[in-house]
Amino acid sequence: MIEASAAAFVELHGLDELWFQVAGTRCNLSCSHCFISCSPHNDLFGFLSLDDVRSVLVESIEWGVREYYFTGGEPFLNPDLVEMLVTALGYGPVTVLTNATVLKDEWLLRLRAAEEQGPFSLEYRVSIDGPDPQTNDPIRGEGTFERAIRGVEQLVRHGALPIITMARTWPDHRDDEVLGRFRDVLRQHGCNRPRLKILPRLKLGAEVERTEGYADWERVSPGMLEGFDSTQLICSHSRTVTDRGIFVCPILVDQPGAWMGESLAETDRPFPLEHGACMTCYQYGAICTNPSSQFHGQAGETDRGEGGR
Amino acid sequence: MKLAFFGGIYNNYLALEAAIADARRRDAQDLFCLGDMGAFGPFPDRVFPLLLEAGVHCVQGNYDESIGNELPDCQCGYTDPRDNHFARLSYDYTLEHTSPDNRRWLQRLPGAIDCDREGLRLHLCHGSPRRTNEFLWESTTSDAFLDRLIDETGADLVLGTHTGLHWQRRTGQGRTFVNVGVLGRPANDGRTSVWYTLLQIQRGGRFSVEFVPVQYDHRRLAREMQQEGLPAEFVETIESGWWTTCLEVLPSRERRRGRH
Repeated sequence: MIEASAAAFVELHGLDELWFQVAGTRCNLSCSHCFISCSPHNDLFGFLSLDDVRSVLVESIEWGVREYYFTGGEPFLNPDLVEMLVTALGYGPVTVLTNATVLKDEWLLRLRAAEEQGPFSLEYRVSIDGPDPQTNDPIRGEGTFERAIRGVEQLVRHGALPIITMARTWPDHRDDEVLGRFRDVLRQHGCNRPRLKILPRLKLGAEVERTEGYADWERVSPGMLEGFDSTQLICSHSRTVTDRGIFVCPILVDQPGAWMGESLAETDRPFPLEHGACMTCYQYGAICTNPSSQFHGQAGETDRGEGGR
Repeated sequence: MKLAFFGGIYNNYLALEAAIADARRRDAQDLFCLGDMGAFGPFPDRVFPLLLEAGVHCVQGNYDESIGNELPDCQCGYTDPRDNHFARLSYDYTLEHTSPDNRRWLQRLPGAIDCDREGLRLHLCHGSPRRTNEFLWESTTSDAFLDRLIDETGADLVLGTHTGLHWQRRTGQGRTFVNVGVLGRPANDGRTSVWYTLLQIQRGGRFSVEFVPVQYDHRRLAREMQQEGLPAEFVETIESGWWTTCLEVLPSRERRRGRH
C-alpha cells in the first residue's frame, strides 16, 4: 500500500448500487482465483441475517438506491436468502451472484412468482469460468462445469435468462472465440438467448497464489484522475454491506482500509484508491455492475436549455 | 393543453412525418423531441427539415452529441462485441450521410429543457436528468432512485427516451417519470408500429399520459434501408417488430418480452 496522502480520492457521487455480502466468505466451492478466498472453511465474514438486510433496505430509501446485489461466498448457502431476495424485490431491482450448483426448484419457483408480482427484474449472474470443463474445472474444481451447467438449465426451465460471468484466464485477443464457443454450448443446453459477461482477473486473495498479485506500480495516482470520468469506478456509486460493517466495494472487503462505517451515512466520504484492484476498476470500468446499468464514455452531464419556446 | 413528445428518430423520417401529422390531428400545441435523431435507418438528412418545419423543440441525445462533434462513436455504451459491431455500422453510415449544416445544428442542441405548462414543471432530457446516455429501464429503476433523480431537477414530471421502450411510473412521493418511447424502431413487441407520447395537462397542473402507436410506411423504410446497404438485421426489426441487435444491454425482464 502507498501513503494515503499520495492516493487519488473518489467521492461517493450517489449510492446507485447497494451490495449485500449475504453469505460472507462461505462458499461450497474453493475457486483458485477467488479474490476474497471464499471456501467452505473461510469464516472471515459471516452470514447476514434477514433483519440486517431489512434494516439496510429501509435505510437505503433515503439514499435513492437504484438496485440491489446479493453476493458471497455462495449466497444460496444463507438459509434466509430467498426471503431476502423476495423482500428486496419490494424495493427495487435485484441481482444475485451464484455458482448455480446448489439451486432448488422450490426456491426458483418462489422467486419467479415474487418477480412477477412487481415491476422489477431479478437477475441471476452465474459464474462459470469458460465454455468447457478443461477451462473451468482447474479453477473452480473438478466437476463444477457440469454442475453449473445443470444449474443454468434449471434457471432456464424456471424462465430466467441468466448472465454467465467468467473471469478471463485466457489472452484478451481470444475473447471473441471464447464468447462464440460459450454461446454455442449454452444453446445446446437450452439457453437460447445466452448472455455473457467477461470479467478481468482480480489479483487478490487466492489468485495471488495461483498467478501473482499486483505490482507496486499498479496504482491509480491523482494525476490519472484528471480528465477521467470517475463515475466509471464502482466506489463512486456503491457500497457493500457485510456482517462486519459496510465496505467500499465488493472486491476489497478483506483489504485494509476498505471498511467505511456501520451505517450508510458513515460511508458517505471519499475513498482513497490505494489498492492494486483499483487499477483494474480504473482500466475496465465498474466491472461488478450489470450491462443494463453500466454507462460508458463521457456523454455528459446535461446542460439545460431555456425551455421549450 | 396537449403536448407531444417524440424520442429516438434513428433516421426514420417516415415515422417522424406520420407522428407529426398524428400529433397535429390530436391538437398537440407543442411538439418536442428528446434526441437521437440519427442511427439505424436511411437518409439522416431527411429528418431535419421535418423537425424544423414543424417547430419541434429538440433536446440533444448522445448520438446527436457524437454526430455533432464528430466523435469516434455513438456513446450508446454497449458492452457486447456484437452490439458494438452493429452500433459501429450504424454510426459510420449516419456520420457520413449527415450534412455539415445538420451536424452543426445537432451540436448546438441543449442537453435538457426545463419548462412550465399550466403550473406543471417539466424537465426534458435524453437518458436521465444526470446523464445523457444513462439507461432508465423500467425493470431496473427503483422508485427511490427516480425520486432522487427527479428531486434534483426541481420538476414534477421528467420525460426521457434513450432505451427505446416506453414506460411511466408515479412514485410514492408523487413524482412521475415518463419514457416517451422512440419513433426509430418498434418497441420489441412484434408489431411494426412505433410509439410517441401525448401529455394532456389541465389547469392547475393535473395531467395524463397517453402512449400513442404510429403506423407508417415501414415497408418503404425497409426497402430504402436495403438499398442503402444497411444491415439485414436492422431491416428485420423494422419488418418484424422484434429487436435483433443491441440486446445485451436489456435487463432480463425486458429481454424476455422480445423474441431474440
